[in-house]
Amino acid sequence: MSARTLPLVFVNLGGEMLYILDQRLRAPIASEDTSDKGVWSERDRRRVLNDVTATLFGPSFVDELLKPQQLYSHRTLKTVLTRLAHASIMRLNPASMDRLYELTTMAVKHQVLLCPRPKDLLLVSYNHIDAVRDFVRDSPAVLNQVDQAHRRIIEVYSSMSEGELQLLRQTLLVFFQDMHVRVSLFLKSKIQNPGNGRFALPTSGPVPHGTEVPGLIRTFDRRGREVRRSEFPPGGSYSRPAGGGSFGLHGARGTLLGTNTYAANRPEETLASRASAQTGDAPNPLAKEELNLLARLMGSMGAQDGAGAEGAFRISMFSPDDEEQEAGTSKEAEAFEVISIQATQVGCRWSSHLLSITRTKQNALMLKAAFVPQPVPSLFCILHRQRDMLVFCSAQDEHVASELAQIAGQFSGAEEQAENPCGNKGDDLLAMMDDL
Amino acid sequence: MYHKEKSIQIKNSASALYNNLSVLRIAPRRLTYFTVVHANVVNMVSASWDGLNYSHRQLQSKEPNVATSTSLIMQAAFCVLPSRELLVITSQKGIQMYESDGSIMVYWHALDTPETPSAQAVFARGISAVWENYICVGVSSGSILVFDVPSKGSNITLSEVLEEHKESITDIASECSGSQQCIADLVSADDGGNLCVWKSGEEFQLLNKIPGFDMSCSSVKLWKGTVVAGYGTGQIRLYEAVTGILHAEVNAHARWIYSLDIAPFSGLLLSAAEDSLVRVWHLTVSQETNSVEVAHLHNECVTDTQICGARFCDGDGYAFAVTGYDLSEIIRYTQT
Repeated sequence: MSARTLPLVFVNLGGEMLYILDQRLRAPIASEDTSDKGVWSERDRRRVLNDVTATLFGPSFVDELLKPQQLYSHRTLKTVLTRLAHASIMRLNPASMDRLYELTTMAVKHQVLLCPRPKDLLLVSYNHIDAVRDFVRDSPAVLNQVDQAHRRIIEVYSSMSEGELQLLRQTLLVFFQDMHVRVSLFLKSKIQNPGNGRFALPTSGPVPHGTEVPGLIRTFDRRGREVRRSEFPPGGSYSRPAGGGSFGLHGARGTLLGTNTYAANRPEETLASRASAQTGDAPNPLAKEELNLLARLMGSMGAQDGAGAEGAFRISMFSPDDEEQEAGTSKEAEAFEVISIQATQVGCRWSSHLLSITRTKQNALMLKAAFVPQPVPSLFCILHRQRDMLVFCSAQDEHVASELAQIAGQFSGAEEQAENPCGNKGDDLLAMMDDL
Repeated sequence: MYHKEKSIQIKNSASALYNNLSVLRIAPRRLTYFTVVHANVVNMVSASWDGLNYSHRQLQSKEPNVATSTSLIMQAAFCVLPSRELLVITSQKGIQMYESDGSIMVYWHALDTPETPSAQAVFARGISAVWENYICVGVSSGSILVFDVPSKGSNITLSEVLEEHKESITDIASECSGSQQCIADLVSADDGGNLCVWKSGEEFQLLNKIPGFDMSCSSVKLWKGTVVAGYGTGQIRLYEAVTGILHAEVNAHARWIYSLDIAPFSGLLLSAAEDSLVRVWHLTVSQETNSVEVAHLHNECVTDTQICGARFCDGDGYAFAVTGYDLSEIIRYTQT
């Protein structure tokens, strides 16, 4: 449908993610993960927020987002958000990342659903950008990037009609369809019904700008003069619209949707009752296009500093429940066979790539790439569990080429094996991005 | 005036799309078909009138003989012509026409999609049967494709392309299909709220253009020479089709209207919006005195739901059905 969803998706999901990271990194966390080194210093917290913001609003990333394109699956989005979350010294385990994704998507779903008019989606997005600006106010370089990105977004979206913005909103609603994860913060504030997970839609309050309060029927004669007025019961208690919001770089936005609701609250755990419908696990016929998009987005986020991961803090943001802990530990025991391949390329920009391929217990192949020492951001190997293996680096070495061919052959055999019972949590892509 | 009946469960939830419910009553077999769009799938339910039998079918939007290309569907609607009934499905890729039970696809028309994605979305939306043998479908560019449909078989052809709208078509409606003669028998609406009134024929004639006020008209109906249009502002406006004279204006809903329907034998009007409300009105159109009256009859609130489809199940308006975003059921109401 709409080809203009990605910038708003990332601004809003990214913004929500920053709210949550900010909140969680402030409080002391009691965690089973002993490597989290206790309480985060103010300096470290600011660094994480700065790094993530700089990546999210980096000019080349924004360039990619602004290209007209379709909105792809949850899997792709989650991968990019994971990469974003790991743009700094912080590392999240897969369970935490899952929770983070659920929280952010439910928050944005709520905001998109409750927008009084489609245009208010922009105000919600700008609320997120305003808050992010505040997070990075002490870093002029990052602040400047945010401003630049904001200007470009304003330029693209202010010329869209209400009808086009409604199409954009409808596209987002298809994306968020059937997600009913219960979020304890929403349940507490009665935004969400505990019974069915649906968001509460009030039938009272101010009507949106441009809308009249329901209740009036006017009839006219052939000359356009009003000849009768009658009223009818509107079935709700509505009032005139409230003050407007600013669509510019600054100014009050006139809505609370998209503001930081976590700031006033203590860290809460999500009550993640299993979502009634899995998000985008069905075989996706657009997989190849999606992976290309993924490659471009990852590339535009810049190389991840492999060395930095050594000093990285690993944290578990949300206490995993028993089920997930079991899954987490069983994952370690999976790999038992390693094949190492060195693929070399004669070229000016990169010297060598080390690929390690691990055969897991479920006989699926997990591919990990480490870039040594000059990573080329736009080239890396992706393994998609149910699709053909796409290898982006080219191997000049004949021996290497035949090894890769052999692996590809083995992999198509592995496809018929049983599904990885860990489901989303054992995602190959996420494992790779987690830089474990 | 109406009370709630037992809902029909559907396989998936309804997507937030305009006019996302279509109903076909098959009196000889005592069945009613319902279609609801969910992302790239159309859920079809066949419900027997005694409420005992329900059968389900799912249709995807794809080109024939191409295995992996499904795309998001914008609308599914039954088209009733004197000789036959077809189910038309419009998507980002093209237009499909099926036999009304969804069993066989009889026609596929691909939309021109650019090589590299452009900022302007490409899709088809707005479906209506007109006169004896035409089916009109709107396109995101503003064009309206007119298909000539033979009384049986799959030899459907594109007869004409109407280029009058400059913005994406949202909805198309007709009246007087078959026997009756009307001055105007087709109305089309777009994202700018502009309405075009046409007379069908070998060459369609544009009779009138009613300008919008930069606010999308998401749903439109034509009845007794009167255009009934629902807008994103929540307003319903009634115009005399041929002259464009505004008869009445109703501040009907607090949010974007998603669906309108008229029961032609009784003049009942149904309106549904994102504000969770479905409203029933009565229209009186007197063609002799050229006057129109609108009276409000009834409200139904579907709690915590943004309604996306509402249709009468019969020509008298004795029963109506409703769909909502994220809701996996078709809610039904019957007159008490």
